Amino acid sequence: MAGRAQPVSPWPGVGAAALVAALILGTLAAVALRADTAGGFGPADWAALRFTLVQAVLSALFSAGLAIPVARALARRRFRGRSALIALLGAPFILPVIVAILGLLQVFGRAGWISDILGLFGLPPLRIYGLHGVVLAHVFFNLPLATRLILQAWQEIPAERFRLAAQLGCDGFTMFRLIELPMLRRILPGVLAVIFAICLTSFAVALTLGGGPRATTLELAIYQSFTYDFDLGRAALLSGLQLALTAVAALAALKFSRGDGFGAGLDRTIRRWDGGAPAVDACWIGVAAAFLLLPLAAVVISGLTGLFEMPALVFRSAVISVLVAATSTIVLLILALPMAMAVATGRHGIVELSGILGLAASPLVIGTGLFILIRPVANPVTLALPVTALVNAVMALPFALRILVPAAHDVVVRHGRLALSLDMDKRTFFTRVLLPRMHPQIRFAAGLSAALSMGDLGVIALFADPQIATLPLQIYRLMGAYQMQAAAGAALLLLLLSMGAFWLLDRGGRLHAET
Amino acid sequence: MLKLDGCVIENGKFSLRADFAVEAGASIAIIGPSGAGKSTLLEAIAGFRDLKQGKIFWDGYLISKLAPGKRPLAMLFQDGNLFPHLTVEQNISLGLRSNGRLSIDERSEVQFALDRVALSGLGDRKPAELSGGQQSRVALARVLVQRRQMLLLDEPFAALGPALKAEMLDLVAGLLTETGTTLLMVSHDPQDARRIACQTILVADEKAHPPAPTRYLFDNPPPSLRDYLG
Amino acid sequence: MKHLMIAAGLLSATAAVAADKPQLTVYTYDSFVSDWGPGPKVEEAFEAVCDCDLNLVGVEDGAALLSRLRLEGENTDADVVLGLDTGLISAAKETGLFAPNSVSADYTLPIEWPDDVFAPYDWGYFAFVHNADGAAPANFRELAEGESKIIIQDPRSSTPGLGLLLWVKAAYGDEAPEIWAGLADNIVTVTKGWSEAYGLFLEGEADMVLSYTTSPAYHLIAEEDASKAAAAFDEGHYMQVEVAAKLASSDQPELADQFLEFMVSDTFQQIIPTTNWMYPAVTPAAGLPEGFDTLITPEKSLLFTPDEAAAVRDQALAEWLGALSQ
Repeated sequence: MAGRAQPVSPWPGVGAAALVAALILGTLAAVALRADTAGGFGPADWAALRFTLVQAVLSALFSAGLAIPVARALARRRFRGRSALIALLGAPFILPVIVAILGLLQVFGRAGWISDILGLFGLPPLRIYGLHGVVLAHVFFNLPLATRLILQAWQEIPAERFRLAAQLGCDGFTMFRLIELPMLRRILPGVLAVIFAICLTSFAVALTLGGGPRATTLELAIYQSFTYDFDLGRAALLSGLQLALTAVAALAALKFSRGDGFGAGLDRTIRRWDGGAPAVDACWIGVAAAFLLLPLAAVVISGLTGLFEMPALVFRSAVISVLVAATSTIVLLILALPMAMAVATGRHGIVELSGILGLAASPLVIGTGLFILIRPVANPVTLALPVTALVNAVMALPFALRILVPAAHDVVVRHGRLALSLDMDKRTFFTRVLLPRMHPQIRFAAGLSAALSMGDLGVIALFADPQIATLPLQIYRLMGAYQMQAAAGAALLLLLLSMGAFWLLDRGGRLHAET
Repeated sequence: MLKLDGCVIENGKFSLRADFAVEAGASIAIIGPSGAGKSTLLEAIAGFRDLKQGKIFWDGYLISKLAPGKRPLAMLFQDGNLFPHLTVEQNISLGLRSNGRLSIDERSEVQFALDRVALSGLGDRKPAELSGGQQSRVALARVLVQRRQMLLLDEPFAALGPALKAEMLDLVAGLLTETGTTLLMVSHDPQDARRIACQTILVADEKAHPPAPTRYLFDNPPPSLRDYLG
Repeated sequence: MKHLMIAAGLLSATAAVAADKPQLTVYTYDSFVSDWGPGPKVEEAFEAVCDCDLNLVGVEDGAALLSRLRLEGENTDADVVLGLDTGLISAAKETGLFAPNSVSADYTLPIEWPDDVFAPYDWGYFAFVHNADGAAPANFRELAEGESKIIIQDPRSSTPGLGLLLWVKAAYGDEAPEIWAGLADNIVTVTKGWSEAYGLFLEGEADMVLSYTTSPAYHLIAEEDASKAAAAFDEGHYMQVEVAAKLASSDQPELADQFLEFMVSDTFQQIIPTTNWMYPAVTPAAGLPEGFDTLITPEKSLLFTPDEAAAVRDQALAEWLGALSQ
């Protein structure tokens, strides 16, 4: 049904996308226009670009590659605590960078748990610092996201397909080739592009785990341009480069991920008949869980003592963070739902592109750009929280779109014709069909966005007011004041809040979870 | 009267020509080889597919520019005729008002439709809790409350067993007689056509032929139909 | 609901300042305004004497602070900026945004302070902090030859990181690249900022971390933990002097002067040691807090003048990058 009436209108989504693009490109332009000199591109920048690309590509490949067997194992096994595990696996993704680094190194560092065990056998400690360390850290952050996205796509395969394959006597590999491979072909380019873009803006993680200036990324070069050199032209140029790279990755992903949905299935509970080897699945789930949960355990353990040493102020920051997260989640849904619908109605790749740009937008550039733009009209400091909420929403938008777009597409394909034949108006289709059908995905996106916003330092540091500090900022302040214990406690509180928000919002989103 | 005036419908590789008229109140079967364009023809009439050329009229009014929901017809697809997240009653209600908010009179109309398809008391169920035959009945109940002048069936009962399918067709035939609705029904089973359609459109060789009396057509099949019937 | 009201109150807190009192806006780095920094006490003490409203605005760190001022230019809201250091003074002066002041005090800095635009309020020595029970090298060469593992900060994103760069340059001049090449295998990793580095050190990732000679005082005084010590290097220690200045565009020049005078007074200086964990620029009449006497006192203080620092900075960075990117 090409070119005919659609049950949803693309225009609100196109509008939202334009708004997002204006925010990202407008702030970049503001920074560029404020520059005294045109930015130059030195040999150090080429080295930074090369390292950034290498680590981002490797991180994306490893994260997505490892996520496939983990997601597959999770998709076909039912066990007690499965949904709790899936929720918990998402935690690294929402940790503040500094907390995650400390947690990771408590496990994988020179003095980490693994090195301690190696020491018992007289072996030298683990050498974590280097390109492999950067990739390991990025896999730690992004494996959960990749797993969740792939798992969701897996669970959206109608049960009828598996039944058919089972009936045809397909073995595990044939079933993979017939049903799962086409699904992966559809979802993987997007997953790879998203993780690539996330890793493109890595800075503190890449530098610390990379072990030195060899691991200089573009984002570090941007930071250097702002603070060390005050070369706004170069900052804008480098940020523009990041955006361009992300745009290329996104366009490539869009081109390769074209394909049809899986057609309609009735809402039957998924049951699968491809046994596979339970031991292999258990192994994948166990290894992934250990990899992701051990550093979390380290964060929890170091936080436990600090939890009782935290000044009351930390709780005030927690309240502020919750408010910022709530606002940011609402803003996100207002932007993401229309955009997802616009993409679902057809070739509005430009909408998806503008959505993904949020990933590669340097927080420093957005923050500085907003600062330049807001200052003539208002005191940026008084707008610190709304601005932080807005920027957090834009940063979470790409993830939300990856979750919402396939679902919106399926709803339009499955039910669009029926709605049209019933002369259903667009508003009714939205409220009576789209919202209820996308309920799990909306909750997932909202939970993810709330958790991300809670854990993200965002641009608050650029606008901060002594009175108003979000929890991540407070953690940095505590650390800056030598109060590492209290900071660890606050980090644990943040982890609990993020997970709590995610759990609360996503509870209804655990698709087809058999219990 | 439904009139297709010099219509050309394109669908990827092939195009289908249609130029015929159907009397109001008639029951027409559409038959032809697989892939000949039976569904394409219905989709064009229903408005899900643009015409390359030509016009479609209903009772003299041009309808080929109208959105699907504005055309004087109801259509049942091969699948996806119900919203799985809505109850039976809510699904039927959508036929009356697309936002589903009903007056008391309209509520009783829904109840009546439920009774008419023998599903009284199942209004609160979700489609997944019903059998295939029951799901078809819900869809028919909705068609009933839609009160459209034409009903297009794109093999909605194909998945049902012969007895059940026959029962559904009888139900459809009964409803048509009560309401005077015109029926266009895709079928690949001559028995179906004989059962309720007095006339049949043969779709073959990139052409939708004008309706011919069903009995006559099957008794004296043209070559393309003979190949199909075997 | 109650929480919402608290938050609403917080949001409007900045807007709701008494309009009748003059307002003095001081830009500083974030850790100064944090509740564990000097900010809250300084604000309370100054407002008690000035009949004004002191508005402290925190910006990430010293370098970001200067960038912020350059971004705002002459339209800045700031009357005073507090928290630049000797490494940034040259660039700050070039902007022409600052005005001379008439502050005078008997500075107890180990060096002369001739600058009439930037007034110092505290200072410290960079040093490698280690666990007191372990032996420490006596200089960079010994460190480079030994097995000790160190964590340092990146000079491009961190003030101590830049300090270390200038330290090696001041101590070794043209031999600096050689020193860095020797240190390369001792460096576990380089972090974005001080907090990451110090956190990793406390977790045992390295034997030593680049920090300040005053760092052990924190552990001793705040945590009653004497297990940390700073290694005394015999080639001398590079200094960090933190300074403040008045903006030329200030609409409260008298109040700004009053604040700078207050800054070198006993009241302010007493707050510094146990909140900013640095030496006060003027030792308070009551002396330094107990515990500061246990700190090492370098035999030699190294410090480039602002102009020298600006001149060697880029070359030193190139040498550092060259040596550590091999």
